[in-house]
Amino acid sequence: MNNIMIGRFVPGDSWIHRLDPRTKMIGTFIFIFVMLWSTLWATYAWSAAFVVLAIRLTKQPFRLYWDGLKPIFWLILFTVVLQLFFTPGTPVLLHAGPLKVTIPGIINAIYVMIRFVLIILMSTILTLTTPPTSIANALESLLKPLKKIHVPVAELSLMLSIALRFVPLLMDETQKIMNAQKSRGMSFSTGGPIKRAKAIVPLLIPLFVGALQRALDLANAMEVRGFQDATQRTKYRVLSYGSNDRSAFIGLIGFTIIFIGIKFFIK
Amino acid sequence: MAINFEQVNFSYGAGTTLAQPILHDINVTIPDGQVTAIIGQTGSGKSTFIQHLNGLLKPTTGRVVIDDFVLTSDLKEKNLTSLRARVGMVFQFPENQLFANTVLEDVMYAPINFGYAKADAEFAAKTALKQVNVSEELWDKSPFELSGGQMRRVAMAGTLASNPDIIVLDEPAAGLDPKGQKELLAIVRGLKEAGKLVVFISHQMDHVIAVADHVIVMHDGGVVAEGTPVEIFNKDLVWFKTVALDLPKAGQFAEQLRQKGHILRHRPLLLTELATMLNEEKRHE
Repeated sequence: MNNIMIGRFVPGDSWIHRLDPRTKMIGTFIFIFVMLWSTLWATYAWSAAFVVLAIRLTKQPFRLYWDGLKPIFWLILFTVVLQLFFTPGTPVLLHAGPLKVTIPGIINAIYVMIRFVLIILMSTILTLTTPPTSIANALESLLKPLKKIHVPVAELSLMLSIALRFVPLLMDETQKIMNAQKSRGMSFSTGGPIKRAKAIVPLLIPLFVGALQRALDLANAMEVRGFQDATQRTKYRVLSYGSNDRSAFIGLIGFTIIFIGIKFFIK
Repeated sequence: MAINFEQVNFSYGAGTTLAQPILHDINVTIPDGQVTAIIGQTGSGKSTFIQHLNGLLKPTTGRVVIDDFVLTSDLKEKNLTSLRARVGMVFQFPENQLFANTVLEDVMYAPINFGYAKADAEFAAKTALKQVNVSEELWDKSPFELSGGQMRRVAMAGTLASNPDIIVLDEPAAGLDPKGQKELLAIVRGLKEAGKLVVFISHQMDHVIAVADHVIVMHDGGVVAEGTPVEIFNKDLVWFKTVALDLPKAGQFAEQLRQKGHILRHRPLLLTELATMLNEEKRHE
């Protein structure tokens, strides 16, 4: 359970850590957006190279990113299998009822897998190098224009930062409850699917009860410290762009231009 | 039935770049039929240590021998059920593990998992609930309707119901009121009388004095001392500072008297003992 990395922040002092969270966020979105136009091996390779460079710049061991991929392994596998069996085209290699394995199917499956992995890696870079509160601040800052049409941006970003803050807490809690129920003879790894699904109940109920209790406690703690919604609040950490952010955007533009270049000229 | 730790080392994430060594080179015996207390400051490895007693964690190197069960790093998860049936574990704030619709059902969970028939499990659960003084009218209530102290006792019953030979408690008294603490110590004594091996972690030295026969002191992931409470709590004050532990109340009081110039023959461990010593001194004057 300790190796689930989704949303977990690892402190550090790399170039990427020091970037403005808005830069990292916009950067991640731009990268994902550009990458979705990828249709060639060369553009995938170029995107992968860019991700590897970004990972190196975070100065974190690659192991951490690998751990980040593990929890969504089944999701990736599911999508890949769908692509593999349901892509029409020729030549057909295997035929079993409605299921067909075709050469375009195989290629598509590999593309989808690479796409998935790269997107997850890029978002892991964002969450690994940015404290959850900074992510929420960045989001609030980026969504500010929506205030004009009465979207409660500050409240949304507060909800988000609380939710992110609770992820590692709930992970630890899950581990504790799992240990307690395992000590009482619960087994996740034996029996058929129904028995296994039933084994989750003694885990989920205490987890929900605990989460609700925690939420109530937090609400009380916030209220006694004078929290009110819909008020104008100042920030302890004021976000500001610097020269690093400029270089980051130049880097991204460079990535995009070369990407487009490959797409049009290699064809 | 004794428990033996033989050259036990434990690291989280062993074999990776992120390996974090927690326990090193532990060689210790937990004697049978006694109450053993494990003390040490926060982060000294106590909780990691006790999780080796029922295989929630496995030693990275070395082995733990529990009666005739040998726990090593290569043991499979499915082979651990028999160990867990024999070693009951009550975690810190065990009330967080309650989940069933009724108190009785929750306490029946462990016996059923360990293969009891339903009627037997119900009988075992009722026996355990009586053992920890949960009154009968609560048995059909939802565990979430109970008070904190009652929940704690129900959770303990949930571990005792499968009648384990070894009972491990991680800070069982934390967050209980004085009455609850007293009741808890009585439960521990009762378990010992029933011939169980009891291991418990505590930060309250007076509880250790009250019920423990044997004390293991941990510091920085290693065992730094073991012995009877009298042996351990008569070590010199400098040692207590290095392992960041307190003396029991009577001992603290006596040491303060000594600093004020009182001459005491030895360091008392119980307040009644200290009172007797002071009374004697007065009579001599």
